Amino acid sequence: MSLATALILLPLLGAALLAALPRVAPLLNIAISAACLVLALLLLAGPLPYGEGWLRADALSVSLVVLAGIVGLGTAIFSWRDIEGEGFDTARTRFYHAAFQGFMATHFLALLSDNLGIMWVAIEAGTLACVLMVGLHRTPAAIEAAWKFFILCGFGIALALFGIIVLALAAAPHLPHGDLRLSAAALREIAPLAEPGLLNLAFVFLLVGFGTKAGLVPLHSWLPDAHAEGPTPIAAVLSGLLLNSAMLGILRGEAIVAAHPGSWAPGGFLIGMGVASLLLAGVTLWRRRDAKRLFGWSSIEHMGIAAIAFGLGGPAGNMAGILHLWGHSLLKSAAFFAIGRAARLKGGQRMDQIGGLARSHPALGWGLVLVMVGLAGLPPASLFASEWMLAVALGREAPWLLLPYVLGLLVAALALLHAMQRLCLGPPTPDAAPGPAGWATLAPIWCNLALAVILAIALPAPLRALLRDAAQVLG
Amino acid sequence: MTGPGDIAYDVAHLLGGAMLLVGFVMLGQRRIGALIAALAAQGVLLALAAFWQGHVQAAPQLYLTGLIALLAKGIAIPLVLHRLAGELPPPLRTEAPGRMGAGLVLGVGLVGLAMLVVVPATTGAGALARVDLSMALSILLLGALMMVTRRSALAHVAGLLTIENGLILAAVGVAGMPLVVELSAGGLVLVVALIAGVFARQMRERFASLDPGVLDRHRGEGR
Repeated sequence: MSLATALILLPLLGAALLAALPRVAPLLNIAISAACLVLALLLLAGPLPYGEGWLRADALSVSLVVLAGIVGLGTAIFSWRDIEGEGFDTARTRFYHAAFQGFMATHFLALLSDNLGIMWVAIEAGTLACVLMVGLHRTPAAIEAAWKFFILCGFGIALALFGIIVLALAAAPHLPHGDLRLSAAALREIAPLAEPGLLNLAFVFLLVGFGTKAGLVPLHSWLPDAHAEGPTPIAAVLSGLLLNSAMLGILRGEAIVAAHPGSWAPGGFLIGMGVASLLLAGVTLWRRRDAKRLFGWSSIEHMGIAAIAFGLGGPAGNMAGILHLWGHSLLKSAAFFAIGRAARLKGGQRMDQIGGLARSHPALGWGLVLVMVGLAGLPPASLFASEWMLAVALGREAPWLLLPYVLGLLVAALALLHAMQRLCLGPPTPDAAPGPAGWATLAPIWCNLALAVILAIALPAPLRALLRDAAQVLG
Repeated sequence: MTGPGDIAYDVAHLLGGAMLLVGFVMLGQRRIGALIAALAAQGVLLALAAFWQGHVQAAPQLYLTGLIALLAKGIAIPLVLHRLAGELPPPLRTEAPGRMGAGLVLGVGLVGLAMLVVVPATTGAGALARVDLSMALSILLLGALMMVTRRSALAHVAGLLTIENGLILAAVGVAGMPLVVELSAGGLVLVVALIAGVFARQMRERFASLDPGVLDRHRGEGR
């Protein structure tokens, strides 16, 4: 069995084990996630690209797999203590743990699959797992959020499948072997021969379909609610992982369509949706009263920035995009860990309920300060580096885009800093459930923060090579 | 399969067209019960279309796809939805009047749009692929329209299933499409409907209604 197969089967097996052994589930969950991270790192050590049947690991997918391993382990450690406080009965706790590892399995499959059909199935299955976890509280607001998530993403993912079918139709005359017609690698090779009209049609559907899942404006409305109403760990994996796999779906489609010289340049569509996401999120961030929704909107902003970077393309744009996905996943999951714990301590997630965290819980509060400063795009975290790289690339290749880009960044950054001031600085609000933040919360927050800083100031050579190779995969 | 006059083409065209027609029936239907019956009819037509393509393309896996469509979309899911609808209080079994006419006009517009989008894009593909694809896209868009214009959660589920029907119709029309997608899509539809059923049930228990509109007041930011 290859490493890639093991990486998909291990969490699947883990899900069954967790359902069977609820008593040790929290610790077992951590152990399985740690084993997945080790497998992901081993995959990184091997030769790339590496293909086997429907699976294919290239630098782009492996870089996202390693990121998923890190965020998955952090989330498992965080949920060890957090999930006790959710007030779930045994059956729901058991379901939560099994669904979490089930989601991880689908996520790894989506990232490592070369067959676009299987990738689609994996993303849909991952979405279904998330929908069920978002609705787990069964409060009216949770049901509304899960329903919206389910209906909008169900519609979006259907459009994406239509795009994949159109791609297979375009490939049919050039790929006699049926299974290869959905292989991303094979499709990319024959794309210059395929009919450009079909490729364009396919890309529009892939963009709208996976764009819904990636939370790009105007298809974003499920995202803030789903992040706010589900258990905190789910918000962390939604933002940290699910959005990345949807973005990878768009990028695979873009790479295929762009390989034909006569097709529409797909980058322009991505840039358009990215700029719209950045600007709308920047304005909307000012009006948030719910802390988790604030971070949900911040995810829309950052996926918008990544979309602009990938739309611009080229070595610089793609590198900025991948670095941005890394920085965003690390910081956003840390932000949800911190705000989730804070909401538990203060008895609610409304922003006026949480205040003065840095004084009442210094380790948690200052962690959140640094995370939010990072999310605002300020140094030393890596989002600053990727946003700066993108600004330089934009200035060189599309200077007229700099105005909306910088405007969006500024408005969003000021909104986040304003919110940070309210949440962390100033006089503390009273605790509803006094207690320490706990190392199970603090460890993942500070580890993710440290990683995000290392990414920016001292990127290790192997990781730098991996990110550069990943940018090259996109062309 | 070359073009009109060829039996393979004509039957495929007929079945796809019938599915589209049923899509319009659903769009104009006020009563939930009749909507579900039309959904079942569309499922059966989809199964027939898959069987026919299996025969024409000599692709036995499409018979399996057809069987899944027949059992899941023609029988099982409509039965479940019917039971859910039967538990509703009678006033909620009918959609408010006044939206249907506009919905039908919009539907016609969407079919025109699908033709305009697909036909110029597929000049090199065969005539069957072109018509098949534009009909599948039309059905898909009609399903989306139903999800937008209807208020009942059951109608949303029916809209989503219509979208899936359009997708499978497109997939079976592409010769040599790998089996895995169709199978998985068929299997996932069951899960999707299951979840939808669960949510509908929960909503009904909590709000004695299947109208997601009542949930609006539960939106998080204290509206």
